Amino acid sequence: MQLPADPPPDHEDGSSRREFIRRLAAISAGLTVAAPLGRAGTVTEKSNLQGEPPKTDGAEGLIEIILKVNGNTERLVVDPRVTLLDALRDRLDLMGTKKGCDRGTCGACTVHLDGRRVLSCLTLAVMAQGKKITTIEGLATGDELHPVQAAFIKCDGFQCGYCTPGQIMSAVACISEGHTGSDSEIREYMSGNLCRCGAYPNIVEAVKMAAAKMKGEVN
Amino acid sequence: MRPFTYESPSSVLEATNPGHPDSAFIAGGTTIVDLMKLEVMKPPKVVDLNALPMRGIEMSPDGLRIGALEKMSDTAVHPEVAANYPVISEALLKSASAQIRNMASIGGNLLQRTRCGYFRDVNTPCNKREPGSGCPAIGGENRMHAILGTSSSCVATHASDLAVALVALEASVRLQSGASERLLTLDDFYLLPDGTPHQENQLLPGELITEIRVPRLPWATRSTYLKIRDRESYEFSLTSAAVALDVNGDQIRDARVAVGGVGTKPWNLPEVREALTGKPLTLETFVAAAKLAVAGAVPLKHNAFKIDLVQRTIIRALIKLGGLA
Repeated sequence: MQLPADPPPDHEDGSSRREFIRRLAAISAGLTVAAPLGRAGTVTEKSNLQGEPPKTDGAEGLIEIILKVNGNTERLVVDPRVTLLDALRDRLDLMGTKKGCDRGTCGACTVHLDGRRVLSCLTLAVMAQGKKITTIEGLATGDELHPVQAAFIKCDGFQCGYCTPGQIMSAVACISEGHTGSDSEIREYMSGNLCRCGAYPNIVEAVKMAAAKMKGEVN
Repeated sequence: MRPFTYESPSSVLEATNPGHPDSAFIAGGTTIVDLMKLEVMKPPKVVDLNALPMRGIEMSPDGLRIGALEKMSDTAVHPEVAANYPVISEALLKSASAQIRNMASIGGNLLQRTRCGYFRDVNTPCNKREPGSGCPAIGGENRMHAILGTSSSCVATHASDLAVALVALEASVRLQSGASERLLTLDDFYLLPDGTPHQENQLLPGELITEIRVPRLPWATRSTYLKIRDRESYEFSLTSAAVALDVNGDQIRDARVAVGGVGTKPWNLPEVREALTGKPLTLETFVAAAKLAVAGAVPLKHNAFKIDLVQRTIIRALIKLGGLA
């Protein structure tokens, strides 16, 4: 499929680009744009463009859950099959966490649960209750980027950018775990995040730069 | 993914009360959520184990106890594990990725399903997934498959690195169903495929692994896990070796050897151990002992290379532990 040239620039809230991508996905799937997704307290299930079958057993299997995401408390009614990844993206509109393989292979969906990096595609949303969930949207402080985000920009640690939120979430954990002693240690502990563009050398540089900055070794 | 009901019981008694014969347990979810998405697993009920008390890692005069719900990552870096059984730490750290190790439980790791592509593809036959439907791997893509313990029904490897280390160390699993408990050696726990590859272990419906017991073995401080794979990290093994070596001067006093990537279950090698025990600490001893590992090997079209590779894997691990490098 031919991509239209020059996607519109992001607005401050990112809505324009998001809308653009939604329309694109809908066009490619031969669908009209879905209505806004079910939010807190509703039981709206949207058809998933990635091919999940619609639920067939009525509303009786739905459960109410409470998720603590980036400091906010979110109440959702979900089918137990809903993964944390789909809850974040489709229900809470947190599109920063990416769906790559959706099978626990690529790391694009990496988020933190209680400060530990996990794969949101293999985590059932219902099982993330009671944990502090941090996504890429929760890293920056106001307008100030997290040192790892800043380092990825400075080191050009990406090309297409699709794996980047997962890379950054993983890198933050890699640094806090203390696995930045050498390039090979960084590569080993970042191996769960695949980059199809092959930006690995710059990702390693970014992790090193951020690790040094977070230790207070450089400005 | 097929619909399922979700429960999160707070006691082992409650969790193992057989409500539905086809219900499935979930701990870390790294196997089951993946396989439910692929519709390889279609449990009508999923029982979350995370509220259960099966935790803790302790060293006692008897050895090591690991609660089944402990995470791979925490177990790998636990000071008692790393100090007393490096082979366990190394096997865990060479498994999966940092994210998956943070999720997956030790009990679940031992119960992970094979990575055979035919098992994972519901559009192909598979005796493990659908008993009696056939095994396309035997005449198909079988580079990653087993050379030991295979049958005319199944040639899939067991994928756990941890299990290879634990089998070498003669570890046991404690199982519980309702109020009844039993202890099985991990080697006995796993079953060969024979004509029933869908039965991979001795777990009864509703039964749980509650803990892992590793016997005390002071000289396991000299142990290692060598894993050979297509890429250096985040990949399943082609071949692997879990080896512990007890050395007295230039003599081998005792050894433990098991191999992975080659067997339909984690493959313990008592015959290699015997061939090492009491022998001089030399390369010739290692080579002669490693040869015994593949005495019963049956190669397939694409995996005959594993016959040499697994011997070299054992020898290299022994060279490292014996200080011959």
